[in-house]
Amino acid sequence: MPKDTGIGASPLRREDVRFLKGAGEYTDDIKTYGETVAVFARSTVANGIIKSIDTSVAEGMPGVLAVFTGADFVEVGGNPAGWLINSRDGEPMKEPKRPVLAHGKVRHVGDAYAAVIAETDRQARDAAEAIEIDIEELPAIIDVKEALKGDNFVHDEIGTNQCFDWGWIEDNRAATDEAIKNAHHVTTLELVNNRLIPNAMEPRCSMASYKASGDEYVLHTTSQNPHLTRLLISAFVMGIPENKLTVIAPDVGGGFGSKIYHYGEEALVLAAAKRVGRPVKWTSDRTEAFLTDAHGRDHVTKIELATDAEGNFQAFRTETYANVGAYLSNFATATPTFLHGTLMAGNYTVPLVYVNVKAVFTNTAPVDAYRGAGRPEASYSLERVIDKCARELGMDPIALRRKNFIKPEQYPFASAAGLEYDSGNYDALMDKMEEVADVKGFAARRAQSEANGMLRGFGVNAYVEACGIAPSNLVGVLGSRVGLYDAATVRVNATGNLSVMVGAHSHGQGHETVFPQVVAEMLGIDAASIDIVHGDTSKIPFGMGTYGSRSLAVCGSAVVRATEKIINKAKKIAAHMLEAAEGDIELKDGQFSVAGTDKSVSFGEVALKAYIPHDFPLEDIEPGLEETAFYDPANFTFPSGAYCCEVEVDPDTGKVRVDRFAAVDDFGNVINPMVVTGQVHGGLGQGIGQALLEAARYNSDGQLESASYMDYAMPRADDLPFYTVDHSQGTPCTHNPLGVKGCGEAGAIGSPPTIVNAVIDALQSSGKNVTHIDMPLTPHRVWSAMKNA
Amino acid sequence: MTKVTMTINGKSVSRDVEGQTLLVSFLRDDLHLTGTHVGCDTSQCGACTVHVDGKSVKSCTMFAVEAEGAEVKTIEGMANADGSLNVMQQAFQDHHGLQCGYCTPGMVMSATALLKDNPKPTEAEVRKHLEGNICRCTGYHNIVKAILAASGQDVSAIAAE
Repeated sequence: MPKDTGIGASPLRREDVRFLKGAGEYTDDIKTYGETVAVFARSTVANGIIKSIDTSVAEGMPGVLAVFTGADFVEVGGNPAGWLINSRDGEPMKEPKRPVLAHGKVRHVGDAYAAVIAETDRQARDAAEAIEIDIEELPAIIDVKEALKGDNFVHDEIGTNQCFDWGWIEDNRAATDEAIKNAHHVTTLELVNNRLIPNAMEPRCSMASYKASGDEYVLHTTSQNPHLTRLLISAFVMGIPENKLTVIAPDVGGGFGSKIYHYGEEALVLAAAKRVGRPVKWTSDRTEAFLTDAHGRDHVTKIELATDAEGNFQAFRTETYANVGAYLSNFATATPTFLHGTLMAGNYTVPLVYVNVKAVFTNTAPVDAYRGAGRPEASYSLERVIDKCARELGMDPIALRRKNFIKPEQYPFASAAGLEYDSGNYDALMDKMEEVADVKGFAARRAQSEANGMLRGFGVNAYVEACGIAPSNLVGVLGSRVGLYDAATVRVNATGNLSVMVGAHSHGQGHETVFPQVVAEMLGIDAASIDIVHGDTSKIPFGMGTYGSRSLAVCGSAVVRATEKIINKAKKIAAHMLEAAEGDIELKDGQFSVAGTDKSVSFGEVALKAYIPHDFPLEDIEPGLEETAFYDPANFTFPSGAYCCEVEVDPDTGKVRVDRFAAVDDFGNVINPMVVTGQVHGGLGQGIGQALLEAARYNSDGQLESASYMDYAMPRADDLPFYTVDHSQGTPCTHNPLGVKGCGEAGAIGSPPTIVNAVIDALQSSGKNVTHIDMPLTPHRVWSAMKNA
Repeated sequence: MTKVTMTINGKSVSRDVEGQTLLVSFLRDDLHLTGTHVGCDTSQCGACTVHVDGKSVKSCTMFAVEAEGAEVKTIEGMANADGSLNVMQQAFQDHHGLQCGYCTPGMVMSATALLKDNPKPTEAEVRKHLEGNICRCTGYHNIVKAILAASGQDVSAIAAE
């Protein structure tokens, strides 16, 4: 029987009520007395030298309160990269300064070079248009391979467009080369992991206010991690002491990675609020979002798979060019390296892996982590080349994968790409997938499609990913400049209800419902008496926020640890109240009782006592009942899955329709199945969008041609099917207290290769020898591939 | 400035507005009805969907003065009189048809308009109708399911929670 409450139950989300009534409070919904408006002047060219900027006309226009240019920020720091990558030769990566406003040069279309603060939005826009800028335009650097030739640089001061040339695992390079040279069979595939734009439905928005009396700032902003944003602003960019800056991320309308990062607009509104002495708000419009939100993916890869005659994998070797855009966004250097290269052994016992990644600056928007962040790129390369290999060897794609799967008894398993997987059972996932997807019925469905004049293809994929990012000691060794723990404070109020302050931030994930399920189960009390507080640095402990599918695995573990501390202290208080030994106190169903007796006190009575300690032995028990825990995990968590889909391809038009999709995932233990399923659905929508629809396209002049919903093909409801989702085959994570693995990105990681594999299968079924089509598989691309085959 | 009078969620409202003020700005900035959201600048995303005289309208494509004399309904006016969620809102909660909540008001308004015209839509009709409402969180599965459920159809055969 499904439970009604606690761990494993699916209570309806409490946050839904305010969202469904229009009572959510997103940053732009917050109106402050005296609020002014910031509008940015942005470059319309991709690459150019700023010869002059004349703001005099703009400054005199009606309603204008201040105008800023890059010159106003030359004394403040740059927005830093959070992860240091060293090249194969040991040289540290190139880190050109990323200023608040462009100064000296503009480096991508949308690069802000000035900002106007005015009474109204219209006045600010008019004034921004009146700013005169003289730019000497230079040729745009767009293509990653071309960027590494010649002497036209995005950042002249570093004298190259290569940020780094990274090898993983460098010690395996020679052996991998040798294995490929001597292999019975080598499958080679060149592919592009298409550039995407995250498109959270709420555009970014930042509002700052400044109180001169205390030299204090408050920044409301669309952030997935308010403490990290505050730290970056304080320690690196603006130098505002952390204790003089409060960062609040209220309701946030989706993130998908794009709201992890600190952006220059946040620094600008802070500086402006101080200068004009009034609150300053900037709200991105959708075009600005397309031009300036950190983009995702954009890898150009060659992958080789060496096998023996029986199809045993012997080595994977990849060479990837990763576009990082014009400036390094905060996690831009981690995404194509440690979130990608370390996953290049996949679900397999392959003994050798070598990954080379060249990160390249171009005159395009910065590229950083987007849902999946490196792991979708790894999964796509691996699972596409494996599918091609199966076809070349004449093997069934499921059988080839099973042959090379890590087996359940092999955990913990040290992968050839340097990670230690703690748990998994890939065969069980594949078994379940074959069952829930009715794989046996495919032949009949194909026959039916063919009778209707359509081609039907079956695509399969296995993935493993690393999330719940992650142990500070490990990421520190790998170059991270931050720790990646999280934190929670559990405050039991005197009247017995609880406030749980968490470092994670919910922008759709349902923390307000899920975290109380955990605490309620542990304490044996009603979840309705527990509230989650998040998003406000003045209220919550220093946690690292939500991304990389880490909320439950990392912050949820901190919640568990803090609740354990509450239980320990409450038992002391109960022992005192019951005049019993602490070791004899048991907690069950919200009652503390003395083992073997009928003496007990309720959780509420203990809570009240904690705050009215008239007779406490104060040398043994402090008043109050509030505990904080910081949790730093021992490892990543390693969710895995087996996905399959069936597509129909119209041979006349190349149009692809996804008819069936099944996702079977191992997320370890599941706290709220409804929420987990919803996370998978969302990831699938984005992954199928990547495979079939979405592409951020720059032309050779560096103009973003897909900068609106007229031009960027967001998945709509009628582009997607109902999905079959299963997470019954969980193998608990062995190192966190809940045994949970991250579920937020799986769908986006596992689905793109599934779709492409299915389309290739459909085309092959018609006798067309098409072995690869780059995403997105638009009708034109599919039709052209069929025509040219 | 032009004086504009309309009925919003059953209450008569009069304000002086500039001619170019969009209905969505009027709702959000003048009346602080911030449940109606702005997600794009090309009338594609549907986050700003409201009802004008019973028809679903993207309030970013209409000037406030064009709604002179109209009956306007926003997400804030959708709940039952006792404050409880109405059938469509409840279906969205029951079937986890929302995550971040940003597209949700527009989805509810759009879906409500669909059922008014087509009380028992098919899955395909629901998907087609939502062409003008973009959600980035849910992959649409649970939105479509919620709308079918709100129409009184049995959705128990549709996979998973």
